[in-house]
Amino acid sequence: MKNRLKVLRAERDWTQAQLASALEVSRQTINAIEKGKFDPSLPLAFKAARLFNLSIEDIFHDEVETV
Amino acid sequence: MSKQEHDKNNYQIKNSANTVKLRNWTIAWVVTMAIAAFAPKFIWDFNTSLTIIALVVNLGIGFRMLIANRAYLRGLDEMQQKILLEAMALALGIGLVVGLSYELLEDIKLITFQPEIAHLVILMGITYLIAVISGHRKYQ
Repeated sequence: MKNRLKVLRAERDWTQAQLASALEVSRQTINAIEKGKFDPSLPLAFKAARLFNLSIEDIFHDEVETV
Repeated sequence: MSKQEHDKNNYQIKNSANTVKLRNWTIAWVVTMAIAAFAPKFIWDFNTSLTIIALVVNLGIGFRMLIANRAYLRGLDEMQQKILLEAMALALGIGLVVGLSYELLEDIKLITFQPEIAHLVILMGITYLIAVISGHRKYQ
């Protein structure tokens, strides 16, 4: 699963640690999500969406392209 | 980001507090285990009442340590929980498979010494440690 977390974070000039604190997870978890190594749960994805005031689909999208 | 910094403090404080509690209960458990193991011989000359009390205290503190461990695990975020869950599953699996085979070695006369439960605990501890480290590396 790909995501725009790093871009959204950079747009707001936040560090990984700041985003981690906002989402109440560790900085390592934010790093892993940004790199696509860890897929967040639905509650965490919703939390991120609320934080950025976007929908989940605006942040996370499936790597399999639909035709 | 004052709200977020507030959350950060709450999150970090919660995890730090859980870690400290777990550390303290673990130390207490190890100390009471040492007392239960050595004091009957070296301090109270196998007085049955004192030995039973020492065992009960050790068991009680052991259960309290388990509760602290549960609180610690619940306080972690989902990725950390996943890493520890996988490590615990591996340690349990290795402990079961290798432990039973190890115990069998003496029965089938492949080793001459009595298998010790401590060896199994060490194996599971090392397995858990390696699994936790490799789990963190996997998600770096």
